[in-house]
Amino acid sequence: MSLDKNKVKEIAFLARLSIQDSELEQSTQELNNILGLMDQLGEIDTGDAEPMAHPLEMSQRLREDQVTEDDLSEEFHEIAPKTGNNHFLVPTVIE
Amino acid sequence: MTWETVIGLEIHSQLKTKSKIFSGASTAFGAKANTQACAVDLGYPGVLPVLNQEAVKMALRFGLSVNATINKHSIFARKNYFYPDLPKGYQISQFEIPIVGNGVIDISLENGENKIVGITRAHLEEDAGKSIHDMYDEYTAIDLNRAGTPLLEIVSEPDMSSAKEAVAYAKKIHALVQYIDICDGNMQEGSFRCDANVSVRKHGDKLGTRAELKNINSFKFLEKAINLEVERQIDILEEGGSVVQETRLYDSIKNETRSMRSKEEANDYRYFPDPDLLPVVVSDELLLDIKKSLPELPTEKKLRFVDKLGLSAYDAEILTSQKEVADYFETIINKGADAKLSANWVMGELSAALNKNQVEINNSPIPSNELFVLISRITDNTISGKIAKDVFKLMWEGNGSVDEIIEKQGLKQMTDSSALESIIDDIISNNLDQVKQFKDGNSKLLGFFVGQVMKATQGKANPKQVNQILNEKLS
Amino acid sequence: MMHNLTIAEQIKGLKNRDFSSLELTQHYLNRIDNSNLNAFISVTSDQAINQAKMADSILAKGNAASLTGIPYAHKDIFCTKGIKTSAGSKMLDSFISPYDATLSDKLNSQNMVMLGKTNMDEFAMGSSNENSYYGPVKNPWDTKKVPGGSSGGSAAAVASRISPFATGTDTGGSIRQPASLCGITGLKPTYGRISRYGMIAYASSLDQAGPMTRTAEDSAIILNAMAGFDSKDSTSANISVPDYTQNLSKSLKGLKIGLPKEYFSEGLDKGVEKVVMNAINDYEAMGAKIIEVSLPNSIHAIPAYYIVAPCECSSNLSRFDGVRYGYRCGDPKDLNDLYLRSRSEGFGDEVKRRIMIGAYALSAGYYDAYYLKAQKVRQLISEDFKVAFKEVDVVMGPVSPTAAFDLGSVKDPVSMYLADIYTLSVNLAGLPGMSIPAGFSDNLPVGLQLIGNHWSEELLLNTAHQFQMVTDWHNASPVE
Repeated sequence: MSLDKNKVKEIAFLARLSIQDSELEQSTQELNNILGLMDQLGEIDTGDAEPMAHPLEMSQRLREDQVTEDDLSEEFHEIAPKTGNNHFLVPTVIE
Repeated sequence: MTWETVIGLEIHSQLKTKSKIFSGASTAFGAKANTQACAVDLGYPGVLPVLNQEAVKMALRFGLSVNATINKHSIFARKNYFYPDLPKGYQISQFEIPIVGNGVIDISLENGENKIVGITRAHLEEDAGKSIHDMYDEYTAIDLNRAGTPLLEIVSEPDMSSAKEAVAYAKKIHALVQYIDICDGNMQEGSFRCDANVSVRKHGDKLGTRAELKNINSFKFLEKAINLEVERQIDILEEGGSVVQETRLYDSIKNETRSMRSKEEANDYRYFPDPDLLPVVVSDELLLDIKKSLPELPTEKKLRFVDKLGLSAYDAEILTSQKEVADYFETIINKGADAKLSANWVMGELSAALNKNQVEINNSPIPSNELFVLISRITDNTISGKIAKDVFKLMWEGNGSVDEIIEKQGLKQMTDSSALESIIDDIISNNLDQVKQFKDGNSKLLGFFVGQVMKATQGKANPKQVNQILNEKLS
Repeated sequence: MMHNLTIAEQIKGLKNRDFSSLELTQHYLNRIDNSNLNAFISVTSDQAINQAKMADSILAKGNAASLTGIPYAHKDIFCTKGIKTSAGSKMLDSFISPYDATLSDKLNSQNMVMLGKTNMDEFAMGSSNENSYYGPVKNPWDTKKVPGGSSGGSAAAVASRISPFATGTDTGGSIRQPASLCGITGLKPTYGRISRYGMIAYASSLDQAGPMTRTAEDSAIILNAMAGFDSKDSTSANISVPDYTQNLSKSLKGLKIGLPKEYFSEGLDKGVEKVVMNAINDYEAMGAKIIEVSLPNSIHAIPAYYIVAPCECSSNLSRFDGVRYGYRCGDPKDLNDLYLRSRSEGFGDEVKRRIMIGAYALSAGYYDAYYLKAQKVRQLISEDFKVAFKEVDVVMGPVSPTAAFDLGSVKDPVSMYLADIYTLSVNLAGLPGMSIPAGFSDNLPVGLQLIGNHWSEELLLNTAHQFQMVTDWHNASPVE
């Protein structure tokens, strides 16, 4: 499976990464090399093996419904890049 | 050219757990911005989710209430997209294997008929935070208090064919989730949100392209938005165009729907099982426990009201549509009051007074045990139904108990037949013209005589007795 | 010299008042100051001094925990409250963590002394510690060579004796490989043994923390403190923690050791192979039985890992968006600009590559062919080990195909990935694995890998310890 430069740009945007046009050629090349590695998977016969999402056979533990967290908003806002009026701020989003 | 409408609803119901679905922060409404968002909710590096057992139980309560298949092994998946009120850059939801599978619910249509609506699935997921666009000119402000609140997303089959049906379904689900105490149903606060998927087609054609309508926070607007959308789609198709699959926001002020610009870019959510969470396993024991803990559901209750209490289907539907109303009503019945009379009072005077004063039945100034006494006084002939309405008004205004008011106001019915007879004799002798007319066939005049008796007795005469004596004397 | 003492010896020394924690700490802080390996991103000297003084007062009272007063270096992937936690990235260069990782908390609660946060490949992605925003780390045995990665700073610190031990993390070999390249003992326990809460996530179903020490005995002592169930981590195993130091000296007579034939094919450097085989011979001399086993799917570990890990990390790293913490680009014009520039400026190349691979592999239409297929291969790899462990107790082999290579010599990402061939399977299967010093090739350290069945850390440590009782490789030092 080989990617063309447009596809690379698409994927980059999906991941909110920008690739300069000057780097696009190299990035595409690198990604295609790595994909070549990954494409080996296609040749493997996995028979009826189940996909393994976790290495351990465990089920999800349930937590009691209790409020255990205090208000740490002051500390959190201290390390935030931009806040105002107790809110996190980003450039205006138009819906 | 008849167009058919196809509607499916996606309802996001906030579960009323104390803490969030994956963290121990509080879910209480109305807190100052960002004071109920802990490290896990904020998506700090290294934090991990742990599942709230109450959210699981609530989802199961819903599943059992709609006779749904329960998936005993369900998986949480990540729905990946970027938005500032989605801290981790993904929402933890359920994709391929939700906790609740196919179910059904029946709804009552306006013509009194029933319709069965399929429920495709219901799954658990976390809510996002809130984006506020009008706090600043150049910024959007983000409040993450809501991030992580548990949601149960209930997806219906596209079984509804009109806005009214969609509203009936939404109302039924709205009542049900409150009945089983998993959601407070507060649409203004956003705890119950309806999105509608609407498409049209000509009879016999395959399904048309659908549009998703969002930002609807009342049943009234749901009906309006759907009708608007149906019109819009029909207009497009009749002009030879095609409907675009998109998300549209309903604007209640302008009464229109418009395309959501930010969602125009196709979103590839790249779902995959969340590796920080393990499969949720539900045991048979847990299901049994939950089944036992469910209250009588609205459908069963309605049947019982009709079969055992002899109420009409219509009355039973109204009385069971809200749990608080049903509970109120049943308290009165269980004390031994007459079902029909009680139904009339709850649906009539009480309902009117509650609506007029914008009070919820739980906060009624007349609690159920007091209304029971009022109804009993009618049944035992202490007062007439008409007088009872006056007593009701006085009770509402806090003038004391039923008996106190009757005593103080001297409202006891006159039941002494001899005194009544002499009053009636007086009236007859003073109205000989009318007596003649009545005897000549003008039976409507009975009302005139009754009115005269009531006037003479300040309404305290027992209407049944009055009627009986008048009929005797005028025959 | 204090820095040549093992942790076991330092514990005794503190108890016997041979020296104080403050003296020990100051000794290490001086050594760190004089080290040019770039092993640390932050050195927390003031805090360390305070912690040492506190430890000394507790030691004086006589109610100290086993590791009270012992200094350590903490990989900068673990959140430490009030202290910069960078994960080796510009994205978190300004991030002062508002909370402690469970592991940080556990070590603090024993009143240990944190010397600083060690350098690492950015977001744990790399095998040479050349992918750090803070510059590469140098191998103390030859400063022109890489120390390995991603826990390169931790490995270099322990090897050069500027810290008695260091914490590391291992997703595809990031404890074992640097341990091998720097000549120290590194342990990656069974997945779920140590809490991941507060450990900045790379690939959630593969990441695991572990101790990096000079000896197996020290490793056991540290594992006792690090291991244990954590209710804040859903993937944490609720399995009791034994005393890992109890059975270190059990005889290895009759121990069945499996050598996977796939691990000894072309591609393995002859010098490395020689060291590994000599070590195997030493085990035979101790009474172990050597059996050939086969792990037929191990060759597929590379494509499987390099899909699973990027997929998980592409999602794990989405939270780095310049909104609530971390790097934000200057003057973002709109939301997309904020995301695009903050992330592109904040992340290094290797991180961006893996995010892209992951985003692609999960995207519409590719999920089945890549992610799902990789998880099926993962199952096969796991079954290979299950079959092997029916025949043998421990699997052994090389850690890395070569010894340490020159800084800047491997430019091609794929070549770098291929060198992970012996370590990846272990993470995919969630098994415990160790690297212990086993000799030298061209004057560079070579590690022997030990792989055990789930929850067999005790056996692994015993197997490693006994080797260290009859050999001296673990005592070799690049410094005085």
